[in-house]
Amino acid sequence: MSDLNIDELSMRFDLPNGTHVQALLDVNLELKTGELMSVLGPSGCGKTTLLNIVAGFLAPTKGQVRLNDEVVTGPGRDRGMVFQQGALFEWMSVRENIAFGPKMKKTPAARTREIVDHLLETVGLQDFGEKAVYELSGGMQQRVALARCLANEPEVILMDEPLGALDALTREKMQGLVLKLWKETGKTIILITHSVEEALLLGERLLVMAPRPGRIHKEYRLPFAEAGVNQDLREVKKIPEFGERREEILSMIWEMEEEIMGRAEEGA
Amino acid sequence: MIILSMYIAIFVVAFFAVSLITRGREDKGFNALKTVTFGDESAVSPNRAAAVISVATIFLIWGAFTDSKLVPFHVSGPFIGETSFTYTATNAAGDEDDGEVRIVVHKIGEKPDAPEVEDGDGFVRNDSSLVGAWRSKLINAKRNDEGYKEDGYRIIAVDGQPIAPGQSVQVADGEVALTDKQSFNFTPLKGLQLEPIWMPAPEAVVQRFIDIAQNGYQNFGLWEHLGWSLIRVVVGFLIGALVGIPLGYAMGLSGWFRGWFDPIVEFMRPVPPLALIPLVIIWFGIWETGKIVLLFLASLWIMTIAARAGVSGINISKVHAAYSLGASKTQLMWHVIVPNSLPEIFTGARVAMGVCWGTVVAAELVAAQKGAGMMIIAASKFQLTDIVLMGIIMIGIIGYGIDILMRKTEKWLVPWKGRH
Repeated sequence: MSDLNIDELSMRFDLPNGTHVQALLDVNLELKTGELMSVLGPSGCGKTTLLNIVAGFLAPTKGQVRLNDEVVTGPGRDRGMVFQQGALFEWMSVRENIAFGPKMKKTPAARTREIVDHLLETVGLQDFGEKAVYELSGGMQQRVALARCLANEPEVILMDEPLGALDALTREKMQGLVLKLWKETGKTIILITHSVEEALLLGERLLVMAPRPGRIHKEYRLPFAEAGVNQDLREVKKIPEFGERREEILSMIWEMEEEIMGRAEEGA
Repeated sequence: MIILSMYIAIFVVAFFAVSLITRGREDKGFNALKTVTFGDESAVSPNRAAAVISVATIFLIWGAFTDSKLVPFHVSGPFIGETSFTYTATNAAGDEDDGEVRIVVHKIGEKPDAPEVEDGDGFVRNDSSLVGAWRSKLINAKRNDEGYKEDGYRIIAVDGQPIAPGQSVQVADGEVALTDKQSFNFTPLKGLQLEPIWMPAPEAVVQRFIDIAQNGYQNFGLWEHLGWSLIRVVVGFLIGALVGIPLGYAMGLSGWFRGWFDPIVEFMRPVPPLALIPLVIIWFGIWETGKIVLLFLASLWIMTIAARAGVSGINISKVHAAYSLGASKTQLMWHVIVPNSLPEIFTGARVAMGVCWGTVVAAELVAAQKGAGMMIIAASKFQLTDIVLMGIIMIGIIGYGIDILMRKTEKWLVPWKGRH
């Protein structure tokens, strides 16, 4: 079974002026295969740093990340990444973008075609394969980004605010798609978001992080993702527990934000 | 000055005339519904009538000031024909007498006979002379006067207006100045038209174009001249791009390369290629090698900087995405970095082609046997202004053509430019 382990992870950035920022301090985490975890926290809590370390773009100052007991030392195709925006290749058509991963490992053309056709259908872009990516709307572009990531069959999918730049309606549709893909593919997913609702809806596990130093503040196990697979997301939002959780987490984050502001004022 | 004020007058008059005519017929497009147009760049579109009138005005003024047959009206030309003035002199005895100077003003190139005059009575004799239009002529009218060598002989008036050496007076069709040696300098009225060696008429330029297109100029055909300039530009630019783009990539990807070449590139970038001409001539001679080297240097830095900017400007997400999708460094280079830098490289290429075209013409002005620049500099030495003008127009057209071609290629090769 492919588990993702994060052991004693610390990240410290030394600044040129002699001070340093403790972006992460002793973060421990274990993700089982097929788990969907959303990460929430005020800005500066180190959630993007955490994701970058798991993806292998950054090396931690302490601790390690293991995938199937193998220590992560750099980016690799076993950990796919979906970015907020601008990570698609404009010089390639939708089809070529999705085929990028298979092409890099020299998959035979016929097999690649099969994979791409299947994924185009999965994300609902079967008629847009030959389009240029800049001809698509923001939501469609993110569908391509998801498909491109899936084409490579990663074991873990890392999403860095993938829906952050979308309008509310598109965003809701895409949340449904993410849940559907999670259920269909059974991938392990870590999703970073700024939206409490999104974190609640999509997080089978929800991690709230706190800043300075970046650390895990609280973890939840939630039923909403599972519920959202089979019903309208708006129905899920009407569940009383959903509202309670939302208020709880919101006030938690508000408190953190206020603490940050207070500290900034003290410093000034 | 006159030309400028005429131009401004036409600009203003045309503006009011066109807005008067088109009033009530504003376009029905979306812009017509905008209430805020001043300051809204997208609401400003080039006025077609203005463009047409603008071009017509240039030819109109050009024709009107050069006696062109293509233009129905002209400003006053130089005086041509016969004219005369009288002068009064006193001699040593204190007597006064009048004499007449008859002058034929002729077109340049014509050689009419001088008008015949009788000596007349008195000690001052009549004279005659020929003057070309737009020219002036020293007329030694006293030479046939009696006793002009004696002290006391003085010319005191022209056409009844008193005159002294160093002064000048207006006469019927020109101006007469008296020199210290008691000679006249006659300048016929020039009018407002420009002399052909200043500014030839449009049809003269067209005529010259046809002539040179058929017969060539200075041992080479027109297309050979222009073609050679183009070939130099293309070869110089290509070598510059071939060296500059990989160099720019290396600078964008490696700290050592960037550190090594940054001072050189940053120093060479602001040096105008024209300033390198003397050195390039000393090192590589004035023939093809020198020109290609110059154009190579003109495009090299531009292309290097463009390629470097293309690499540095990449969105880091794209690089991360490619690595996460399993790309190796080589694959990242070919599938991500190179295509991502193409828009910047094309922008650089357009600038470089423009600079190269300007540089080649300048280089040919200095030394060449063939080429657009050589053609106009050789013609200017013989005051063949029509060839100079024709050359400038051809250089402009080709430069414009190059830019359009580059833009079309850009649209075709990097359709995603500026769109995300």
